[in-house]
Amino acid sequence: MAKLTMVEALNLALRQEMGKDQSVVVLGEDVGVDGGVFRVTERLYKEYGEKRAIDTPLAESAIVGIAIGMAINGLRPVSEIQFSGFSYLALTQLESHAARMRWRSRGRFTVPLVVRMPYGGGVHALEHHSESKEVFFSHIPGLKCVIPSSPRNARALLVSAIRDPDPVVFMEPKALYRAFREEVPEEEETLPLGKSQRVREGGDITLISYGAMLRRTLEAAEQLAKEDGVEAEVIDLLTLSPLDDALFSESVRNTGRAVIVHEAQRSFGAAGEIIARLVERAFFYLEAPIERVTGYDVTVPYFAHEQDYLPDVPRILAAARKALSE
Amino acid sequence: MPRQIIEPQYRVEYLSILDPDCQLDAELEPGLDDDTLKRFYRTMLLARRFDEFQLKLQHQGRLGTFAPSSGQEAAQLGAAAALRKEDWVVPSFRELAAYLWRGAKLDQILLYFDGYNEGADPGKGARDLPTAIPVATQIPHAVGLAYAARYQGRDDVALVFFGDGATSEGDFHEGLNFAGVFAAPTIFLCQNNQWAISVPREHQSHSKTLAQKALAYGIPGVQVDGNDVLAVYQATREAVERARKGEGPTLIECITYRLAAHTTADDPKRYRTPEEEEAWKKCDPLRRFRHYLGGKGLLDDAAVEAMEKEIAEEMKQAWNSAGERMAALTDPITIFDHQFAEMPAYLNEQREAFIAHHRGNRKDKDG
Repeated sequence: MAKLTMVEALNLALRQEMGKDQSVVVLGEDVGVDGGVFRVTERLYKEYGEKRAIDTPLAESAIVGIAIGMAINGLRPVSEIQFSGFSYLALTQLESHAARMRWRSRGRFTVPLVVRMPYGGGVHALEHHSESKEVFFSHIPGLKCVIPSSPRNARALLVSAIRDPDPVVFMEPKALYRAFREEVPEEEETLPLGKSQRVREGGDITLISYGAMLRRTLEAAEQLAKEDGVEAEVIDLLTLSPLDDALFSESVRNTGRAVIVHEAQRSFGAAGEIIARLVERAFFYLEAPIERVTGYDVTVPYFAHEQDYLPDVPRILAAARKALSE
Repeated sequence: MPRQIIEPQYRVEYLSILDPDCQLDAELEPGLDDDTLKRFYRTMLLARRFDEFQLKLQHQGRLGTFAPSSGQEAAQLGAAAALRKEDWVVPSFRELAAYLWRGAKLDQILLYFDGYNEGADPGKGARDLPTAIPVATQIPHAVGLAYAARYQGRDDVALVFFGDGATSEGDFHEGLNFAGVFAAPTIFLCQNNQWAISVPREHQSHSKTLAQKALAYGIPGVQVDGNDVLAVYQATREAVERARKGEGPTLIECITYRLAAHTTADDPKRYRTPEEEEAWKKCDPLRRFRHYLGGKGLLDDAAVEAMEKEIAEEMKQAWNSAGERMAALTDPITIFDHQFAEMPAYLNEQREAFIAHHRGNRKDKDG
């Protein structure tokens, strides 16, 4: 097995799916000749030509809107929004059409569309390049929102997203694009959308996270084991919507304690929804108030203070220790 | 180096075949057969009468809000009639005559405007997207449909309807720009009906014509007398032919007029004069076309009267049929349908709770 970065793993998924299925096309700004500003679409133009690796004019609404038309008419488009901070220009297309076309047409027209976008902080970028707005998309019925956390699951989830019959917003944690390598099998591998994973077993506390924050959460879990003798169970959500609440509810019913970690702002964030589900499904098993470690309710600061905004291992440890102290 | 002038070579053609005074330019006549011409008239008449019928129902509180199309029948029908069945039609929300030409059922339309989702079902194998309400947002879809058709080696085209107001939206620009770059076989059919609710055409754009906006995208733009069904048909046919041959998209601006309100929730008296409305009534597309058919000996008063009777009966039957269908659509559980191909667990749970709640309610009522 080759050890790949997340960028290479995503590229593998696209190359293989385009090789297998003529109806798969990619479109977006700089995705063709340039291979994408992060190189996720590298070589697709060379291997599959300009009709399938489509360099578009600079217009997010059309990159999604045109892909909706393509999807209705038999293609499986993968749109790339260069940075999630520019995706709001396409929000009307996602909310008002992609998410509704199956519903509106009573199942006659469907939109098997993937909208890929790098998101999140930690890469010393300019303004609008560091946000984590997954909840915008997760709030919309008819839309799926998938967030991988490693090269291997990124590849497997992207393949599933491309084959999914419904529109998927696929958010790539750009801080992980080249952060580490992982063995990714050359042969086909998929992961079901809407299913979370237990990535560390433990019976004392449940830590729930996704995307780039999963790495920090796992680090915190190791430190808890070493320093506190506490075994934390860690759940990687992988899909925000539809949210798999079965696995984390089961875990919390077992541990009685939970911390949720995400880099998105706190208010009305994913943690709020996860806590609500835990209140509904595990309330009588709770030993302590549920903690959340999130971005603050401020605009993501410029990069000089970016790391002060993002959850870090000490904050996760403090929250976990608080939950454990009750 | 002195400053230089780059003068784009551009002219906007205006096409009118049957002018408002019913004068025909026989040279430009599209050469349609008698049967098709008669079907044109019948469809336009049906659209007009059904519009009035719906308005009556709406005033009686038996139908929800809808956008009347009276006055724009020629622009809609002429465009739709230039297409094949396999071509795609992407409507906005005021395209009754086009729907009818494409085979839409009256009871289905009534169901839609009576608030039933089932009314938006385009039917099996249809190539007509459902009504799109957010202005101009449907324009990129047509470009995508057209791109896909070409990619798959077919010569189908996509025609998208929108109004003068839509030309101010970003999606209009993005759609035309993409279509130009990719030579996507798309026909952009602008029904310039002079008013975007209360905002007149000249406030929408300082551009002398809307057709000339095509210049910026490097595609042909043509202005047409939108109340002349022959001219709209001819202009669309030419655009379709070019698109099928791989020669790219066209913008067609149909000059027309919305004779009624924007929707049944609007009062045009607040922003336009009765004199203006009267002047446009003289340009009525039905009156003009009837005169044309009369001159050809294809339609006399008796034939029109027979059509009117048939149409009245058709509408009555449609209302009955819609009533029967609505009476059968009582189960609100359908609100959970068609959200995803496969219902997620949490949604299924909400659905189960909904069923339990409604059973409880029914028991309460029965008890």
